Amino acid sequence: MKKQLFVLLLALAPAWVFAAGPGIHLDKANIDPTNTQSLQRGARLFVNYCLSCHSASLMRYERMGKDLGISEELVSENLMFTGGKVGELMTVATAPADAKEWFGTVPPDLTVIARSRGADWLYTYLRSFYRDDSRNVGVNNLAFPDVGMPHVMWELQGWQEPIITTVKDHDGKEIKVVDLELVEPGLMTEKEFDRAIRDLVNFLDYMGEPAKHDRRALGVKVLMFLFVFLVLAYLLKREYWKDVH
Amino acid sequence: MAGNTSEKWQGGLLGWIDARFPLSSMWYDHLARYYAPKNFNFWYYFGSLALLVLVLQIITGIWLTMNYKPDAALAFNSVEYIMRDVNWGWLIRYMHSTGASFFFIVVYLHMFRGLIYGSFKKPRELIWIFGMIIYVCLMAEAFMGYLLPWGQMSYWGAQVIISLFGAIPGIGDALALWIRGDFVIADATLNRFFAFHVIAVPIVLLALVVLHILALHEVGSNNPDGVDIKKNKDENGIPLDGIPFHPYYTVKDIVGVAVFLIVFCSVVFFMPEMGGWFLERDNFIPADPLKTPEHIVPLWYFTPFYAILRAVPDKFLGVVAMGGAIFVLFLLPWLDRSPVKSIRYRGTVYKVAVAIFVVSFIALGYLGTQPATPVMTNFARLFSLLYFGFFAALLIIPSFEKTKPVPDRVTS
Repeated sequence: MKKQLFVLLLALAPAWVFAAGPGIHLDKANIDPTNTQSLQRGARLFVNYCLSCHSASLMRYERMGKDLGISEELVSENLMFTGGKVGELMTVATAPADAKEWFGTVPPDLTVIARSRGADWLYTYLRSFYRDDSRNVGVNNLAFPDVGMPHVMWELQGWQEPIITTVKDHDGKEIKVVDLELVEPGLMTEKEFDRAIRDLVNFLDYMGEPAKHDRRALGVKVLMFLFVFLVLAYLLKREYWKDVH
Repeated sequence: MAGNTSEKWQGGLLGWIDARFPLSSMWYDHLARYYAPKNFNFWYYFGSLALLVLVLQIITGIWLTMNYKPDAALAFNSVEYIMRDVNWGWLIRYMHSTGASFFFIVVYLHMFRGLIYGSFKKPRELIWIFGMIIYVCLMAEAFMGYLLPWGQMSYWGAQVIISLFGAIPGIGDALALWIRGDFVIADATLNRFFAFHVIAVPIVLLALVVLHILALHEVGSNNPDGVDIKKNKDENGIPLDGIPFHPYYTVKDIVGVAVFLIVFCSVVFFMPEMGGWFLERDNFIPADPLKTPEHIVPLWYFTPFYAILRAVPDKFLGVVAMGGAIFVLFLLPWLDRSPVKSIRYRGTVYKVAVAIFVVSFIALGYLGTQPATPVMTNFARLFSLLYFGFFAALLIIPSFEKTKPVPDRVTS
């Protein structure tokens, strides 16, 4: 049995492709981690639309408030719906067993989702839901076929339906191209919704690595020091090596 | 002048210590009066840099251990806890993860230096052997350390590599089970890998580094000309082409350290994931024994050997070929019998052979990261043959090779 597993693993083993899911074109998220307002809007969307089912159980409300320039009072008033202290982790009240029953799978923790999926994939995925009555939640997704998650933000985006066209690729093989068309407008225009998703993805990206900003800021100072150190080290070496012929 | 200094140091605290412990004589033997050839070039930085990375890994490793939890239920979250809630935890973690990859970069360049300047040849065979054992230990250390973050790639990478032991006929399955301590990679595996990663292998590594350096200082350093500097000494018995390691090479190596740290810190602070090569995307998903990732790829520094494994159609023979690709390096001192050490004075045929070997190794490393399509597999077979062919060629090249005359003294 172990040997079969080995063969299976070797067969699966190849490839170094980071794109999640087969062959979908990813739209560029173009997030701006320095845009605090975008991050704040993203945080608001996150706690309103995501946090009721998905946890971010490695992230603390307090840290989010500090990094995003939101005071502790505002965090506990506007962003914490279940009470508790601001020092707590962003956990979720839904029991995993219930979630499994409702969605067929436990919604994954989203703390580091941006680091495994990448911002572009998230940006594409969150905008690619479409009506599909064959699914039990009534929706499907282009980036994540047969996804268990319903279209939580349908109110904002409205409803999309797929247009399937058949084109011939350069080998003359027929391939199906699926595009989405907005058939029922939501509260936001397409542009507004794209911006909202960009804000949300920006927040998810921040949450994946809250230290990113500090890291880059410190890195500049460290490198500046090292360049000065290199010059001094070189001058010292040259001085000592004067008498080596 | 150095003699006067040592006399001045006879009394006092140092004199007291020297009467009980060979402190001064160790200082002189290994630093202040260890005469190294004066013509070391670029390639000679990587020995001291490997030592630097080893120290960095040990220090950052100790601090990581203070907050890491070697428990299948806690490990993944404890790493993120280090990244978020531990002061400077992200820096320590990135230094450690980046350090692992840089260790291999530095060691591969160090080994390449030994190859092109014949530093493995008599009387330095044992230095090479100790170095090769260090390299193998380093692979074990990196492999076991990579399981600890308990992400998907940690888990499934370990699953694939340990199943390789299952390919050994007869005892394979029992052996793989014994290594894992469970039928799949599990908490027991994580615990024992943690023990090996933080205690057993580092102790062996440190001991081997001491042996590597002691053996080197016993026979003296080789140099880019492959000339024995001990053949030409002055009236005091000091090699004419030698200079004391300290201060000459200590100050020179500091320049190397500065350049190295600039490159190292650029990665740590600005691209710690290195586009997925140093920290893989799938490793930010907690290990899930029920969900196999779409693509399992070993870390980049193992991919040349992984490509050789996949190039062989039979799985057991593939494992043998992979092991052989590492083992054949141990034999280098006895395969290359040319009396000329340095590539500078060897014939064109040898230089071409080395170039083919380097291209093959890099190509195999690339192929190990790619899907094993028929075309790619055929390329992997070609480069595997060239890899092994290099060692076979070393046996016969000296018999017809036209070498250049080796000078008596080092060139500057």
